[in-house]
Amino acid sequence: MKLDVSLKEVFRYLGYHNHVPDQTIQKIAIDCVTELLDNCVMKEINKRYSCIVENKKIIIDNRVIIESKNLSKNLADCKEVILFAATLGTQADRLIKKYSFLEISKAVVMQAAAAAVIEEYCDQCQKKIETELEKENLFLRPRFSPGYGDFDLKYQKDMIALLDCPRKIGLTLTDSLLLAPSKSVTAIMGITTTNRHCHIKGCEVCTKINCNFRREESA
Amino acid sequence: MSILNLLGKRMVFFDGGTGTLLQQKGLKAGELPELWNIEKREALIEIHKNYYEAGSDIVLTNTFGANRIKLHDIPYSIEQIITAAVENAKTAAKTCQGKKGYVALDIGPTGKLLKPLGDLDFEDAYAAFQEMAIAGEKAGADLIVIETMSDIYEAKAAVLAAKENTNLPVFVTVVFDEKGKLLTGSDIASVVAILEGLNVDAMGMNCGLGPHQMFSLAEQMLACCSIPVIIKPNAGLPRTENGTTVFDVSPEEFAEEMAKIVDKGVWLVGGCCGTTPAHIKALYQKCQQKPVFPIVPKNKTVTASYTHAVEIDKPVIIGERINPTGKSRFKQALREKDLDYILREGFSQQQKGAHILDVNVGLPDINETEMLVSVMKELQSVIDLPLQIDTSDVVAMEKALRLYNGKAMINSVNGKKESMEAVFPIVKKYGGVVVGLTLDESGIPTKAEERFKIAQKIVKTAGEYGIFSKDIVIDVLAMTISSDQFSAVETLKALQMVKQKLNVKTILGVSNISFGLPQREIITANFYTMALQNGLDAGIINPNSEAMLHSYHAYCALAGLDDNCMDYISQYGGQVTPSVSSSPSTISLGTAIEKGLKERAKEAAEQRLKEMEPLALINKELIPALDHVGKGFEKGTIFLPQLLMSAEAAKSAFEVVKLHIGAAQTKKDKVILATVKGDIHDIGKNIVKVLLENYSYDVVDLGKDVPPEIIVETAIAQDIKLVGLSALMTTTVTNMETTIQLLKKKKPDCKVVVGGAVLTQEYADSIGADHYAKDAMATVYYAQEVL
Repeated sequence: MKLDVSLKEVFRYLGYHNHVPDQTIQKIAIDCVTELLDNCVMKEINKRYSCIVENKKIIIDNRVIIESKNLSKNLADCKEVILFAATLGTQADRLIKKYSFLEISKAVVMQAAAAAVIEEYCDQCQKKIETELEKENLFLRPRFSPGYGDFDLKYQKDMIALLDCPRKIGLTLTDSLLLAPSKSVTAIMGITTTNRHCHIKGCEVCTKINCNFRREESA
Repeated sequence: MSILNLLGKRMVFFDGGTGTLLQQKGLKAGELPELWNIEKREALIEIHKNYYEAGSDIVLTNTFGANRIKLHDIPYSIEQIITAAVENAKTAAKTCQGKKGYVALDIGPTGKLLKPLGDLDFEDAYAAFQEMAIAGEKAGADLIVIETMSDIYEAKAAVLAAKENTNLPVFVTVVFDEKGKLLTGSDIASVVAILEGLNVDAMGMNCGLGPHQMFSLAEQMLACCSIPVIIKPNAGLPRTENGTTVFDVSPEEFAEEMAKIVDKGVWLVGGCCGTTPAHIKALYQKCQQKPVFPIVPKNKTVTASYTHAVEIDKPVIIGERINPTGKSRFKQALREKDLDYILREGFSQQQKGAHILDVNVGLPDINETEMLVSVMKELQSVIDLPLQIDTSDVVAMEKALRLYNGKAMINSVNGKKESMEAVFPIVKKYGGVVVGLTLDESGIPTKAEERFKIAQKIVKTAGEYGIFSKDIVIDVLAMTISSDQFSAVETLKALQMVKQKLNVKTILGVSNISFGLPQREIITANFYTMALQNGLDAGIINPNSEAMLHSYHAYCALAGLDDNCMDYISQYGGQVTPSVSSSPSTISLGTAIEKGLKERAKEAAEQRLKEMEPLALINKELIPALDHVGKGFEKGTIFLPQLLMSAEAAKSAFEVVKLHIGAAQTKKDKVILATVKGDIHDIGKNIVKVLLENYSYDVVDLGKDVPPEIIVETAIAQDIKLVGLSALMTTTVTNMETTIQLLKKKKPDCKVVVGGAVLTQEYADSIGADHYAKDAMATVYYAQEVL
């Protein structure tokens, strides 16, 4: 899979808003993205499940119950969902840590670059899933992850267990519900018969509208 | 009869997958298969029986995830589950006709990532596996199979737990991807080196791939492995069909492909996900009569990190710089636990081309075991070179080898009886390549012949402990020619004798040769070339020395060890001869800092120090420049990367200033920084650290995942007035609150500043923090306000 990582996204994670960084920072960002793409072994897994969406409550595969108003809104009218998880693997964490010792300015760019890479990787994986679904005339809702809105982080446990993440892609959960390796994503995507894919990504649906890193709506 | 007696006499067959079979018998998704050992015994007995009937010699118990980390809040103990699982398999084994059915206790991974990348402690993983192993042996398992491991470090914890607590044979299989790598990055050669070092009885691979993809990986493993190899693929690559996972390789095709693998020299075969008794039956029929090829021992001297193996074949460079001897700055770093400094020594040697790093942290007034372990762990968290554990303290050596992620080099043992009795058992137990120094009870012999005799004794004695000569490198000791002009000649002679007559690899601390002489590099580099010519394999040298690298690269090129001189050309091709030092910097210190130019800032500081007092330079130029950048950051005209580049430039200027007035004089109050318990993200904390240090605060960095008690104890012990805490997630902010409460109770005069992605002013107020730092500079301003 060839990833076309947007530097603009890297700069957004670094808090540049609409400012354009100077040549030096741009060069560091390109180097970081390249180093990540050269070193990371990215893995993903996704599975399709039935779901029942009620007001504030979602039941997946008739056994896992998730209570979340935001998620049920996101999945409104869906009868099925894709559970999805992806990771850049341990190498991204090692690179960030390495530069924290050597050159902290590069470490923060690496951190932002890794965030941009995992998002792009998820987008590409999502496109592949969409292509498959189109054969059945089905479409995808945007990714929705534990931690968004009132979708509690505790559901990471169910996500990780349902997808058998530790064994399949080496993605684990710490006791405090952090994903390890850290540059990883878990998400639920609704499957719908409405004839369009929804390309709005995670950022815009977030309820924290005063966030420093929020993507500009028009961008 | 032990399973070990069967190995090599005929092909040995494992069972296949159980997951799909359990599902067919009604196991629902999300249901714990381990509970079936007790609740649906008959189902398991039948599955096991089907495999024995199909031809399996060894059946794995249904205990893949039966560890305390995965299984909790269940109505049974781990021991009850394992006992039932072993009994089920034994019941099935009784039905075997004409041959013994072996029962293997199956141990799978914990499902957690070990530190430093995750939050599971090595010894906690060990304890979970220990509980399983003890219960398995007690219940009557014939062997232990540790399988589906995708982190070699976790596999090591499991092997130690099995070996230290039972007398059962231990087999290990790991999961490679198509490129032959584990999820955590280890390649095949490193896995082989590590597991052979740990004395497992057989090793191999399972899961992840089908037989087609495993063929070439099996070949690679056989090429470097000297113990029996196990291959257990899936029935092809998984594919999703109507929401369920399916595997496409039929029993016949599976057997066909496996036969090709068996012909390469594999001794044990079986299946993993998607394989059924039909697959095993076809495999058994196809391969049971196949001859078993004898294993050819690979006489290679191999050390390994967690990613790759380094074979001491052509000359290798062992970096000597992580060693306090004769280095006051390094001693200071050790006393202050300044691991950053030590890590940078590691990075620079790696950049210069070192293949292995020697790690020596021995100082009379520090706890060497503790220091060695923490330096080793930090190095391993970011540097993927194999390490050479260099200590004369056997306790520190053992602890370090236990926790080392890889197969280490061990420096050293010597010809003294006492030394060999202490070191060899450790080397045998944990694996490693041990350095043997040619000295004994009567000291270091002057004559080469005498040193050779000691080398002989070391190799022979090691053999009595089961350590092969391939795992020994002999150091015939280089001693300075300034006290004995013939010492180099004797060393070279001894080197030749050891190399030619003992057939072991050699190592030397090369730099000693010039001790006490002027321009030491001239002597050292030339001696290095001579030593290489006389059979030196591993030179412990300073890779930062150009002269030493010249010797190394030139020797390899001249000795025909550098294919088409490619290494030499890549090192020195296209290089311009360095011109006479460039003109002194023309930009001011302030500008260099604001533009984030490290080298320029350093030069400018050196220049200015000729004209003004160091403290004045700090207060009149350095700090104002930093303030200016800080203001820009606040206003939103300067962004985080630039702020930090300026901080780094200021830091390099500070280093110069410190040389003039000593570090102590510039340091202000102490500040504790920590990422709270449960949180493993520390970049925010590291940013704040750099900035606080810029403003001369003495930062006590407690790291990440720090328990409240440690923070409070440190604050009290060092009477620290300001603590900075970082947390990234809502789930860890609770630990931040606990820490604040404990601090307020035990050390009320200590202020707490908090920061991190999820925090806000309100949130900070609600957990009782004294201050909320919204960004990197805010902590500096708060420190200036309260200290």
